[in-house]
Formats: sequence, structure tokens, C-alpha cells
Amino acid sequence: MIELAVNVGWGTILAIKTIVVLAIIPLGAIILGYVFLLKMMAHMQSRLGPMDPGGFHGWFQLIGDGIKFIQKEDVMPAKSDRRIFAIAPAVVVISTFLVFLVLPTGPDLVVSDLDVGVFYALAVSSLSVVGVLMAGWASANKFALLGALRAAAQLIAYELPLLLAVVGVVVMAGTMSLQGIVEQQQNGAIFGWDGIGNPFVFAQIIGCVLFLVAAQAELTQTPFDMPVAESELVAGYMVEYTGFRFLFFFIGEFGTAFAFAGLAATLFLGGWAIPHVTDPGWSNVLGPIVLLTKVMLVAFLMFWVRFTYPRLREDQLQAVAWKFLIPIGLANILITGALKVAF
Amino acid sequence: MADDLEREQSGAAEEVSVEQQLARTDESAAAEQARADADEADAPPTDEQAPGEPRPLDDVEQELLARLERELGDGVVESADAFGMLVVRVKPEAWRRAAEVSKHELECDYLSFIAGIDWQPAPREGDEAGGDTSSPVQPTEMTFGVGGSAGRMQVFAHVQSTKHHWGVTLKTDVDEGHPHAESWVATYPGADWHERECWEMFGVAFDGHPSLRHLYLPSEFEGHPLRKDYPLLARVVKPWPGLVDVEAMPGEEDGNGAQPAAAEAQSADAQSADADEEESS
Amino acid sequence: MSVDFAVDRQAWRHLADAQVNVELDTGDMILNLGPQHPATHGTLRLVVRLDGERVVSADPVIGYMHRGYEKLTEFRTYPQVTTLINRIDWLSSFANEVPFMHGAELLMGIEAPPRAQYIRNILTELSRIATFLLFLGEMGLQVGALTPPFYGFRDREHVLNLIEAATGGRFHPNFNRIGGLKDDLPWGWVNECRNTMKVVFDACNTLEELVAENEIFQGRTRSIGIIPQEVGAGYGVSGSNLRASGVDWDLRRDGKPYLVYPDLDFKVWTHPDGDSYSRYWVRLQETREAARMVVQMLDRIPSGPIMAKVPRIIKVPEGEVWVETENPLGQMAYYVISKGATGPFRVKIRSASFSNVSILPWLLRGVYVPDVITILGSLYFILGDIDR
Repeated sequence: MIELAVNVGWGTILAIKTIVVLAIIPLGAIILGYVFLLKMMAHMQSRLGPMDPGGFHGWFQLIGDGIKFIQKEDVMPAKSDRRIFAIAPAVVVISTFLVFLVLPTGPDLVVSDLDVGVFYALAVSSLSVVGVLMAGWASANKFALLGALRAAAQLIAYELPLLLAVVGVVVMAGTMSLQGIVEQQQNGAIFGWDGIGNPFVFAQIIGCVLFLVAAQAELTQTPFDMPVAESELVAGYMVEYTGFRFLFFFIGEFGTAFAFAGLAATLFLGGWAIPHVTDPGWSNVLGPIVLLTKVMLVAFLMFWVRFTYPRLREDQLQAVAWKFLIPIGLANILITGALKVAF
Repeated sequence: MADDLEREQSGAAEEVSVEQQLARTDESAAAEQARADADEADAPPTDEQAPGEPRPLDDVEQELLARLERELGDGVVESADAFGMLVVRVKPEAWRRAAEVSKHELECDYLSFIAGIDWQPAPREGDEAGGDTSSPVQPTEMTFGVGGSAGRMQVFAHVQSTKHHWGVTLKTDVDEGHPHAESWVATYPGADWHERECWEMFGVAFDGHPSLRHLYLPSEFEGHPLRKDYPLLARVVKPWPGLVDVEAMPGEEDGNGAQPAAAEAQSADAQSADADEEESS
Repeated sequence: MSVDFAVDRQAWRHLADAQVNVELDTGDMILNLGPQHPATHGTLRLVVRLDGERVVSADPVIGYMHRGYEKLTEFRTYPQVTTLINRIDWLSSFANEVPFMHGAELLMGIEAPPRAQYIRNILTELSRIATFLLFLGEMGLQVGALTPPFYGFRDREHVLNLIEAATGGRFHPNFNRIGGLKDDLPWGWVNECRNTMKVVFDACNTLEELVAENEIFQGRTRSIGIIPQEVGAGYGVSGSNLRASGVDWDLRRDGKPYLVYPDLDFKVWTHPDGDSYSRYWVRLQETREAARMVVQMLDRIPSGPIMAKVPRIIKVPEGEVWVETENPLGQMAYYVISKGATGPFRVKIRSASFSNVSILPWLLRGVYVPDVITILGSLYFILGDIDR
């Protein structure tokens, strides 16, 4: 436990942790959005991206966008279902927030180290489907409805490969708690050699790829962005949202991307841990930085794929999930289980 | 093949000075000249048809005309050549049959277009003697073009063969009192849109067309714009060559507007004689 | 509600293809694609009736950009008409002027000098390259890839710079005159053009790798929107769309000779499939072919005058002429009826996209909504060309 000079109750600590998480979500969204959406995408497309706001390569762009969104008029379509229209973005952001609650950034820096950590994380991340459906229906717009229905089918279909990929990791680690999984990777060994611990990306390479593909689909990013197909439905289920509510969706989207990248880094790359650095004081300081680096690495892959590939059609998307990814996930579990028992 | 070309190009693309560039084109020009002279000597007569002289039909056109006459009999009224293209005028009763003959006997499977012609000269606008240049002066008597015409309005179409690369223009007369023609939709599905446009622009109804409704114009539009007696509305609203829309300066609208307006009128006056009448308002 | 099982009992490996048809009583939904929509290339309105995500019927509503060109040409002199027809297909605007100028010259019995013909031809092919590079990029955007359009636009800039250097205008050069051209080429233009053609080849290779050979792109475009030969010809579909269905017909080679195409050595590309992928593939090959043609012409361009002797006030003698050319969008033709005045009596403008779009009600039956966007992109129409 962290030794504090002042004796504070667990309630205060919980409150502080909650506030920190609430601050991290938009911060993570801004970092991911700026580095990848604005700058990396621009450079890939042989342009520069924002250069003016803030002076140095336009770092202030997204923050300025946030301020702009906040001061916009709150417009709702006349025929929309007002209460649901207003709540839908909040549902999406709440599900993101709930995932962050179990994501560890250091040995003591986790809001709540649940024993069923990873199971809980995947369960609450699927709450966003409800938010998307609410948004699409309440918008009273046929394009939004099409986008929401596509999203419902897609997000539910890709929950399964996500889960199956994670089961392999759980079998290898022997625990569902995320801190436990990080610990197993830090202290583990690959065929007896413990130089870099045992990041599960090597043993579970199939699971890692499966997880990243399914995460791409859960985030409705190209090649799985049918619900938000820009050239067809313009913004899909988000089309009627402006101003503050759209900001919520944006933060939700990139915050969830941060969360999923964080999960992938924790499950497969070792999370906040550096092998052989076990001093809790140092780990608590370096942990967040290490985790951030790994998150950026994973996010780089996700966004790179996003800006390169065209999108799959809805039926092709479903075929990939049901006919291809789920059998591979099941096979992965079988092999992992067999090898775990054997070795 | 792209790679070979690129290798060639990279070999030849050193910095070329202006003189060298001119010299190169001059050399090739000499070769070009020699080639052109040789060509001219034994080239067949080009498409240049001396103005006013009808050209006799060539072999392909004669073959097409023969097939049409064989199938349509006396449906063919007149035929002529216009710069290498066969123009055949058929009777209105034979219009649909002409489409079927073109598609099957002439093997013209490609429909290029169906449109209308209004041979009536447009009413003159404005006074040419007064410097009005609103539109080019057209002859005032009604004359008809290649293939002739029985009256003021005609429908014409062009069909081509994608295999034999020949084509023919078919014309038919339309009765001005009751303008209608037979529809080609059964033979050429693309005729749907062309006939809709022809109807809304000329007022020619097509018998057998599934739904003759407006294509370009809004559904409440009245009149048929491409007819010659339908004026060009832009010229009616604002006589040519138009006037500068003079707006009063803010604060000078009631009564004080004379000064700046008059200055504007002087600059616009050079254009048209009736500018000051407009300015006094 | 009835449930229908269809299982191939012969081979169990086909079990994955088992279909369950559950007939639910649902109503059709009418969706308005456009007139403001990013995928309809302008103000085209497509009223589709949907059963779920399948199109039951589609009805294009056009005319939002109708400017009444055929009526306007009756009030213009011949040189003034070029400013109008420039704007029919505004992406390859130089190519629109050429058939009209050729027609007027035929009626007058004059011929533009060889140097003017070569320069006209080079600029026409440059317009074709510019249009097709845009198409190759934005077709990726239609199916969802965000990056290819930027590459297409970036490389198109080089070609537009060339056109601007020669004519003064990137989009609406208005460079043709009856009897020749307005001006000669500037110094160094020929060399710059050669360098630009190398850039064009590189761009074609890049876009081929990035888009055409991408598995997802192929999955989205193969077997989508197949136009059979007879149906296409019956509707008047022309140009690359018809060649992608296997019809070997190119007006540069097979039509009446115009410009310097009879002297050029080029290949006409066709593809047997007739789907959206083949339309993309044909245009990709035609871009490379156009670049090769430009290089051929640059090697052979003669020196000489660029304007024939024409009277100051141009009066075109009485007559009718039909001139058709292979424009980037398809067959573009003018039927010019002249009565001997300074302006035409009637000009019928046959634009390619009008016929290409008329096939949509037939083509879109039974496809999914995403395929509608793919098909619209692959037919490649320009609103100004449809609506005139």
C-alpha cells in the first residue's frame, strides 16, 4: 500500500481515483485523437494536419474543438424522442468509464482490482451497443436508424471473438484479474528464459490478432465502420448530434479506443510492468508511462489499419465474424488448453 | 510495357535547352511535312465537304439504306448524307418499325439519343439596327435541313452498331396540331429517358411510353422550353446586355440617391441606349 | 411467420451455407439518397425503396443542375458557345470543346493546322488523365478507404498545372478557337509534360497496389453491378463502362477520324466481366494508355501555325453535322444544325452521363445499400454531363 502522510479514509481515496479516471478519459481521447487521427492520418495522406492552433504543430486543435463544441447550440430534431436522444451519448461514455475502472496503470494504481476483472471489462464495454441503438432510434432519421441497426448486429457479433481471444490469455494466466495477468507476464518465463518475462503476445499470437481485429470492429473503425459509413450514411447513428452531445460521442469513441488498446496492452504486452523492476515505488511512477507507451503502440496499429483499408459490407462483415474468427478463437482455446496441461 | 517506356524516358530526359528543344521539333517538323505531303497525295477525300454540296452516299451508307428500304418499303421518305453520316427520314407510321429494323436488320444495338427539332425561326428580339446584339441573326424563312421535313417539328434519333461501327440518323415528322410519335421503349430501353426529355422540351407525346413525366424540369412547369416560340426567360427578365444592379449607398436612399446613381448610370450608359430611363426610378 | 430450411444434404461441408428464411411481414422503407449526399457526385437524387437493406426499386431524379444549354446555344455565336460547353463535363472540360469545334470546322470546310491538332490532342488526353486520376482515387473513398483520394488529387495537381501553364485555366481552359487554338505552348512545356507523365505512371502503380489489389476492395466490387453487353448498349451506356463489359468499341479508333488519333498507336482496353471492378480496371489501364499517347505525341509534335485563316466574323454555312468523340466519360457528341448565321440554329448535345445514369433503375434492383454507392462510383458520371 502507498504510505501517505495524512490518514485518509478509503472513501476519499476512491473519490480521488474516480476523479483521476474521469480526467484520464478525455485526456486519453485527446492524445489518441491528435496523434493518430489528426497527425498520423495527415502524414499518411501526404498532408500536414493542423499546424496553427497552439503554435507547435497544432497541439491545441482538439482542445479548441472541445471548447467550440461546448459552446454550441443544443439542437434536437423536432420529431426526436427527447429524453432518449439526450441520454444516449451519456450511456456510451458511461460504458467507457466503467472499463477504465479495472484497467491497472501500476501495482497500486487501479481503481478496483476485481477478481473477474477481464470478464467485467468486456461485459460493460458492450453496454455501448445500447447507447448506439438509443441514438439511432431517437434521432428520427432513416440514415441514423440504418446505422444503428447495422451497429447492433455488428457489435453483438464481434463480442464473441473478443471473448474467445481473451479466454486463451485467462487459461495461460490462470486468473481473470487484470493485475494478476500483468503479474503473470512480469514474473513468467518463455521456455525457461525469463529475460523479458512472458508477455502473452508470443504464446497467444493468434489470440492477440483476434483481439485486435475484434476490437477494431467493436470500435466501428474501418474496415468495420459500416455503422458510421462516411460515404453512405455520413455519420450513421451520430448524424443528428451536434455540439456537446457529439463531443460526448467523440470522447466515447476515442476513449473506448484508448480503453481497448489499454486492455490489449495489459493482456498481451504486459501492461504497466517492466520485467525485473519489482520495486513498488518505482513501478508506481513508471507504470503509467510504460502503459502509455504500449497503448500508443497498439493504437498505432489500429489506426494504421483504419486509414488504409476500405470497409467491408455488412454481410461480409458478419461472415468474417461468424465463419472465420469464431472458429479460430475456439481452436486457439483448444490448443492453449492442451498445451497448458502438457507443459 | 510501362517499364520500357519509363526506361526510355529516363534516358532521354536530361536538361534540354530551349534551342535544342526548338531544333528537335524543327527536325521532326521536316519529317512531319514530308509525311504530310505524301499523305495528301494519295489520301482519300477527307470529311471536308465543300459547303452546300451534298456528298454521294458511300458503300456502307448505301448498304444501310438498302436494308432500310427493303424492310420499310415506302416508309422511307428521303435520305441524304451529311459529312459521312446517313440521314433517313421515315414516315411517322413507320417510326417504331424503323427502330426494330435498326436493331435487328441493321444490327444497331446502341441507342445514342432521341431528340426533337423545331424548324420555325425564333422571333427576333430587340432591334439589330439599334446595336442590340442579343442573339445572332437567323434567317427568317423556315428552311429544313438534311433529309427535308414535312412541317415545323421533327423527332430525330441516332443509333449505332457496337460491332460494325456504323450508324444512322433517323428523322420523322411530327404533326404540329397534335404532336405525337411512337415510342421506342420496347426496342431500346434507353429511350425511356430520351423520350421524357423530348416530351418536356418540345411537347411531343410518345405513344406507348410507360410514364411520360418531367425529367429535368420541376413537375409544375408549364410550357415546352426548347420550342422556338418559348422565350429565353433570362433575356425577358433582364434585357441584353444587362444593367449593373445599382444599389443606393446606405444612408443615401431617400432622395440623396441621385448623385451616386447618376455616376453609375454614366458608366453603364455606353452600353445601352435605354439605361437612363431605368436610372430615373 | 413461416420457416424454410434449405440444407444441402449431399455434402456436409456445405452446412455453413444453410439458409433459414424467416418471412416477416415488414413494410418497405423509402430512402432519399441526395440531392445532398457525399456519394452522389453532386446533386443527384436517388429515391430508393428498401426492404431492409435490399433495394426494391430505385428512381433517379435529375435536373438539379439543368442549365438549359441547348436553348442557350441558340442565342450565342459560335465562339461564345465554347464557354458554355466547357462546363458540361467540368472535370475534363477541354475535351468537351473539341467535338463542337471540329463540327464547326467541318461545316466551314476549314481544317486546323497540324500543330494545333497535336496540341488539342495532347490537352484532351491530359484532361482524360486528370479525370481518371480523380476517379481512381475517389473510387476508394466510395468503398471506405480514406487515403487513396488524397493520392489521386495530389498527382492530379501535376496534370492540372500543365493544363494551366498552357491554357491559363485549370478547369475551364476555353482554349479552342474555330480553326485552331488561342495561343502556342510556353517554353519548356514539352519537357515538363514528359516529366509529368512519369509521375502519372507512378501514380497509377501506387493506386493499383493500394486499391485495385486490395482484397477488401475486390470483395466490395467484384460481381457488383454487372452490366450485360446488350443491356448496356440498349440503354446507351458508353465509354469505359461499355468496354468493361467486353464491347470492343472506342471512338478514337473506330469512329470518324478526328484530331490525330489515326496516326497514333494505342491499345483499346476491354474486360469481360462487366462489374464494378472491371470498370475500375479499364479506367486504370486507360490512364496509362493516355500517358503513353501523350508521350508519343510529344515526340512527334510539328512546328507551324496554330490557327488557320478564318474570317473575323465567323459565319458557318448551312448544313448539319454529327460529331462524336471518345470523352473520358463516354461518347460525347454534338448534332449541330446551322442556317448560315453567326450562331447555330440547334445544337443537340449528347452527353455520356445521361445515358450512363439512365441504366440505374435497371441496375440497382436487388442490391444492398452499400453496393448502390459502389455502383454509383464505378459508373463515374458528372452532374453537369447529365443535366446539361
